[in-house]
Amino acid sequence: MKLSYALPLAGMVAFSCFAAAAETVTVATVNNNDMVIMQRLSDAFEKSHPDIDLEWVVLEENVLRQRLTTDIATHGGQFDVMTIGTYEAPIWAQRGWLTPIADLPADYKPDDLLKPVIDGLSYKDQPYALPFYAESSMMYYRKDLFDKAGIEMTDQPTWDEVHDWAAKLNDPDHGVAGICLRGKPGWGENMAFVTTLVNTYGGRWFDMDWKPEIDSRAWHEAINFYVDLLKNYGPAGASSNGFNENLALFSRGNCAMWVDATSAAGKLYNPKESKVADKLGFAPAPVAATPKGSHWLWSWALAIPSSSDAKDAAGEFITWATSQDYIKMVGEKEGWTSVPPGTRESTYANEKYQEAAPFADFVLDAIRDADPTDSTLKPSPYTGVQYAGIPEFQAIGTQVGQMIAAALTGQMSVDQALGSAQRATQRTMERAGYIK
Amino acid sequence: MNHSTLKRFAIGLLAWVIAFIIFFPIFWMVLTGFKTEVDAVSDPSLIFTPTLDSYAEVQQRADYFKFAWNSVIVSFGSTILALLIAIPSAYSMAFMPTKRTKGTLLWMLSTKMLPPVGVLVPIYLLFRDTGLLDTRTGLVIVYTLMNLPIVVWMLYTFFKDLPRDILEAGRMDGASTLQEVLYLLMPLTLPGIASTGLLSVILSWNEAFWSLNLTTSQAAPLTAYIASFSSPEGLFWAKLSAASTMAIAPILVFGWLTQKQMVRGLTFGAVK
Repeated sequence: MKLSYALPLAGMVAFSCFAAAAETVTVATVNNNDMVIMQRLSDAFEKSHPDIDLEWVVLEENVLRQRLTTDIATHGGQFDVMTIGTYEAPIWAQRGWLTPIADLPADYKPDDLLKPVIDGLSYKDQPYALPFYAESSMMYYRKDLFDKAGIEMTDQPTWDEVHDWAAKLNDPDHGVAGICLRGKPGWGENMAFVTTLVNTYGGRWFDMDWKPEIDSRAWHEAINFYVDLLKNYGPAGASSNGFNENLALFSRGNCAMWVDATSAAGKLYNPKESKVADKLGFAPAPVAATPKGSHWLWSWALAIPSSSDAKDAAGEFITWATSQDYIKMVGEKEGWTSVPPGTRESTYANEKYQEAAPFADFVLDAIRDADPTDSTLKPSPYTGVQYAGIPEFQAIGTQVGQMIAAALTGQMSVDQALGSAQRATQRTMERAGYIK
Repeated sequence: MNHSTLKRFAIGLLAWVIAFIIFFPIFWMVLTGFKTEVDAVSDPSLIFTPTLDSYAEVQQRADYFKFAWNSVIVSFGSTILALLIAIPSAYSMAFMPTKRTKGTLLWMLSTKMLPPVGVLVPIYLLFRDTGLLDTRTGLVIVYTLMNLPIVVWMLYTFFKDLPRDILEAGRMDGASTLQEVLYLLMPLTLPGIASTGLLSVILSWNEAFWSLNLTTSQAAPLTAYIASFSSPEGLFWAKLSAASTMAIAPILVFGWLTQKQMVRGLTFGAVK
């Protein structure tokens, strides 16, 4: 063989051996801004870890959840890193589907992680995922409209006050609804908000014997209030509005108030995405009978399924993506309002972040204050603020959400909706063996 | 204007209106792809400053050509395989029917009535154990099985319209069964076979349930590519529209180039 052929051939063989040695880590994640930034910045990880190749599967939240559940329940082993939420982490950990997070390097600084957030991702005090970003809920309002109407925001608004303000600010002739709230049915859509409302009215999903309490007085009060508020002072077609729709409405100036995820703050505060950036006010989520459970806690976290065959490499990646250094890199490259919020104390101690994000303290207080283990006035057997942490809840929450949406559109009365929801939930709980 | 001209005009107008209604969502999608995210969710307007930002971002986030190549392989691969199985089956059902032929045809069609999610877990386990997860071979097999009932039904209808005498004449001249199929049946029903194939390609190209569930990164086709741009948080309509436009572009061009065969095939045997 001529040398001119042999050399490139030898080079190719050497290269293919090198390429084969690199371990592939398949990362499944949701398609939202923070995750897209992570994908974009992951080149830096691959450069510092030449022995690891990253493959990305980016999907919409509901599709991803179904896709991951199929794979992990059948031990398919298609993914090495999964993006999961606080709802899934303890349930999947209990079933042995996730790899426990252990032996974190000292420079990772695990003590810097916000306690409620890492607790939410643990099962029996053992973390099973590392938080990528976390959120609570709070109230957004239009300072200009409040000033014009002579309304002064209180330190801790109540739902009764919000009702009065919504009545004063509702101006459909000028395209402004008094208040925007989630109405689109789904356990992670309207029911996330509705559950916090029921919590603060003193209600709960189940009593200590797992008997549903949806037809209780607290639920009736909360849902009657919600339906009345949205019907009279909400935007048209409120029953089809989820987070995104309300975000678009508020950022275009069509809502005077909005109670939703703290993760909207960065978007509403960005003048490129929001017409109300300079008129935006923040307040804690309103309360009624009790402050308990009035605002939720959610985090998107990175976990390693037990079926992964690249656990060490996957561990390297998730510690990189949830580290202080990563947050710093996002701040420097993408701007400080774009850093993944709600995971580390050090983010909120950072002056640059404080300066860029005036909502930072609200978010931090809301997250610190949210307690998934004690979110209801009367004791409850489940964890979770805006959901009940049992596998059956996805189905229950979505079904009840559809009935509440039906009450909102007037297809049935609140009494009928809650009666049907109670019966359906009771049936599900009996079938699942919670109620003997 | 006499009565028949008026009738023709009314029918023509109705056809245009229906065509416009069918085409409008596609037109709006293409338009939205050239808007900014804020314009895309603002009040609908035909006047805006076009931008290629969404296309640039979509291409930056995922390698379009990798997904498109997977789509081409699985759509055409499954169609060829389905035709190879369906032509002999339809031939035997059309020209040598037994008393169970009708029942078999109905049974084949009934498999399309089962919601795919009902068999997701068994198929997932089967694919896991045979190493077919995230492979193009796996998708080709699933798409073939998915389209086979429709392909057999369509071919059966086309073959039945062919006068039996022609095949008998061939047989009298000493043609074997294979020769009969290859040199008489297939050339005479080519428009029908072509339109069946085209339909199968289009169905496979647009299939989203199995492609999302059985692939991750290596074999994911364009339907998985589009799915990655939908989001419950933040604005995404312009990017999703740009990705969708890029995803349907190849099949749109393909359909446009082959529309003559398609129409000829679909009306094949309509007038005797």
